[in-house]
Amino acid sequence: MKYLHLLFANLHRRRLRTYLTLASIIVAFLLFGILQTLRMALTGGADLAGVDRLVTIHKVSIIQSLPQSYLGRVRGIDGIRVAMSHNWFGGVFKEDRNQVVTITADPNVFFDVYPEVKLPDDVKAAWRADRTAAIVGKVTAERFGWNVGDTVPMRSNIFTKKSGGSVWDLKIVGIYEGGDNQTVYFHYDYLNESRTFGHDDIGWIVTRLRDPNQAPEIARKIDALFANSSTETKTSTERAFAQSFANQMGNIGAIVTAVASAVFFTMLLVIANTMGQSVRERTNELAVMKTLGFSSTQVTLMVLAEALLLTLAVAAIGLLFAGVASVGLGKAVQSFFPALGMPHATYAIGAVVAVLLGTLAGALPCMQAWQLKIVDALRKA
Amino acid sequence: MSDATLVRIRNLAKDYRRGSETVHVLHELDLDIPQGDFLALMGPSGSGKSTLLNLIGGLDRPTSGTIEIAGQRTDAMSDARLGRWRANNVGFVFQMYNLLPVLSAERNVELPLLLTSLSAAERRKRAAAALSLVGLSERAGHKPRELSGGQEQRVGIARAIVSDPTLLLCDEPTGDLDRKSGDEVLQLLQALNQQQGKTIIMVTHDPHAAACAKHVLHLEKGQLIREAA
Repeated sequence: MKYLHLLFANLHRRRLRTYLTLASIIVAFLLFGILQTLRMALTGGADLAGVDRLVTIHKVSIIQSLPQSYLGRVRGIDGIRVAMSHNWFGGVFKEDRNQVVTITADPNVFFDVYPEVKLPDDVKAAWRADRTAAIVGKVTAERFGWNVGDTVPMRSNIFTKKSGGSVWDLKIVGIYEGGDNQTVYFHYDYLNESRTFGHDDIGWIVTRLRDPNQAPEIARKIDALFANSSTETKTSTERAFAQSFANQMGNIGAIVTAVASAVFFTMLLVIANTMGQSVRERTNELAVMKTLGFSSTQVTLMVLAEALLLTLAVAAIGLLFAGVASVGLGKAVQSFFPALGMPHATYAIGAVVAVLLGTLAGALPCMQAWQLKIVDALRKA
Repeated sequence: MSDATLVRIRNLAKDYRRGSETVHVLHELDLDIPQGDFLALMGPSGSGKSTLLNLIGGLDRPTSGTIEIAGQRTDAMSDARLGRWRANNVGFVFQMYNLLPVLSAERNVELPLLLTSLSAAERRKRAAAALSLVGLSERAGHKPRELSGGQEQRVGIARAIVSDPTLLLCDEPTGDLDRKSGDEVLQLLQALNQQQGKTIIMVTHDPHAAACAKHVLHLEKGQLIREAA
């Protein structure tokens, strides 16, 4: 602590250079925080995926539908506890900007497939009893101010009704917590009986297994069941499915890592340059300190501490800015990512990155400080 | 070694390599400096004055020979031990003052005390006392660039004496000062020698500065050629 004033004084030596370096580090960590936020938003579904669930889609793409009859045949495979189909509805509430993830389900087996979704038994019964009933994730309900008992007009941007229009009235009977907390689930039959096309088609099948260890074997069995048919399937674990869904726009994790790495590598050069210049400029002063009795270790640690102080303090500011920015970003893209926010782990990762940056950037100047010969340095001055 | 001898040098030699050539800077030098002396080292450029001063101060290593200060063989000490020894026993005064420009005069003077276990309050107190001794109490908060050359050198002297060393090594302390400021610095060094009993070794080109010393030693081509009272 008694050296702290010395560290701060040295950082103030070339104020403009220090402030420009600080600004660039803040921007780097701000960008890192926002990228982590986006990565989480785009791939977070994979983290919520169950380890004992499989997802079966059309082999070509999830956009292609499957015959409803497939569901019964999948249910017949040994090792499957329960199976249910889903259909993508593509919900819009009132305005196009209010995109709502809306999916059909079977209320009779839904809670066996997704045990993490918690609702009281009377609510489950109410959902089963009413073909127009729906359950809504808490985040979405709060977003639109929906309450149990409300009937919301949900427009599909895929299907049209036989009776005209594309709006299905959904009566909210429950607001759930658990899972993704944002999807609206309603009866498959309600959609199936009234849509103009795709009758008796389903989007994909989710199966819950008795033993998660059997996932690869059962996935092979499901796909083998429909092999060489006109509608072949592709079955994977729910996690792999969620990941591949996110990866439709590219390998998000790899993109984020690549961009963040490029930014931090540039930062490494900037900080190393700043520290290198700073140490070169005061070779004489470091020699004087050694003359006064400071050991090579003490002088070297002081240089390292400067680099760490520079990166850690400023990384904290950058990440705080990123936290604030992610809130603003969340509001701007609420329609697509209702639960968008910077993951808490970003602060820990950022701290580790800052320590690494500081250590690497300070390595060469530290070596110079360590090797500095008093007589040579004083003579050059 | 008599009790009164502080610095005892025997057969001291220092060589430097310059490319393939070996430069003999000091040759088989013997020297005793008594406790409480004020010695001026004179000689032309390249005669080895500063090299001798650096060797006595433990900033450089001899090629051969021994250096014994207050009974301790400094030439045989490890780098780390030598650093601690310097911090406790030697004060350095440089021609170009060598103050840290980012620190105030008081913080510069306090610098050697950071190596001690003194509390912050005690460090401040001692730094203030040292600044008072050199007559710069009112300039304690000023940065070196806000001080005149003479004032900077007085701050340098305050830094050299703040940890109460036995030995003061001064390398051309008046070399960058006008006559008036130089005289003030020399008077200060004389006072430290006479009133506080500091042993001072001063390298100088200036006969006027050397006249302030108790003894003058001439070096030429690395050899002691004449000693004058």
